[in-house]
Amino acid sequence: MSERGIQWFRFTAPANFYDLAGRLIPWFAAVTIALFAVGLYLGLVVAPPDYQQGDSYRIIYIHVPTAWMGMFLYVLMAVYAAIGLIWRIKMADVMAKAIAPTGALFTFLSLWTGALWGRPTWGVYWVWDARLTSMLILLFLYLGYMALHAAIDDRQRASNASAVLAMVGVVNVPIIYFSVQWWNTLHQGASITVTDAPTMATIMFVTLMIMVLAAWMYSVTVVLARARVELLERERNARWVQERLEGASK
Amino acid sequence: MMEFLAMGGYWPYVWGSYLVMAGLLLVEMVQLRYRRRSLMGWIRRMSRLRAQEEKQ
Repeated sequence: MSERGIQWFRFTAPANFYDLAGRLIPWFAAVTIALFAVGLYLGLVVAPPDYQQGDSYRIIYIHVPTAWMGMFLYVLMAVYAAIGLIWRIKMADVMAKAIAPTGALFTFLSLWTGALWGRPTWGVYWVWDARLTSMLILLFLYLGYMALHAAIDDRQRASNASAVLAMVGVVNVPIIYFSVQWWNTLHQGASITVTDAPTMATIMFVTLMIMVLAAWMYSVTVVLARARVELLERERNARWVQERLEGASK
Repeated sequence: MMEFLAMGGYWPYVWGSYLVMAGLLLVEMVQLRYRRRSLMGWIRRMSRLRAQEEKQ
């Protein structure tokens, strides 16, 4: 038991994380490319047009994955932020900070693709309905987290203050999820839930899941890469950084 | 091919979504690579300076 504890602790040591992430990134990148290739081919070529929406529905294959990732990544960021705040683990703050830009990007893309899907389907790019508005707030929470982290010079204080913001903001995630049930929204309800079978054709569902997985793998790849750079920046005077730079020319 | 690109007349919306997403993901990766490169360069210059100082 204690041995395993030590093993896990090793991964939080910056040098070990740096090496492990460096070995994992190429694999995650390869899986990401493969999943996107299959998902895009199925979504844009193989899957038939929707009988009501025609080809405009194909936006779903990026709209849903980006929206889900925006929410997943926020929760993940808040969990890391909480771990960093409670147990004073610096790696957790590095991870939370590394997640934020990718989460913000996906949230923006879900709003963007949603607007472009809304125009042909609803007749408008934007309405102030509960789902859209709470998603916009999610984007602002990400931007607020990043701005706050960058605004405070002292690293520990920056980490603490932004962690509190991230944790308080988590309350917005269930609001986004349940908004289509709680309020009368123009946005449709969930087609995919944990309890019921999905209300869409199998090929569409499978393609959507592949694209969701692709977005996940992309996030893992980019977040690990950003966490490595973040670590290098923080530890640039540490001995392990010097050792690794002398060894490799990469 | 033209039929595929036309997306049943919805091409501005479909390609407007897919291309913007592809573009922004690309920007994210390029920006990250640039940040890493310039940081590596800085660290190398500093360690070279330090080595020179030690020699003198």
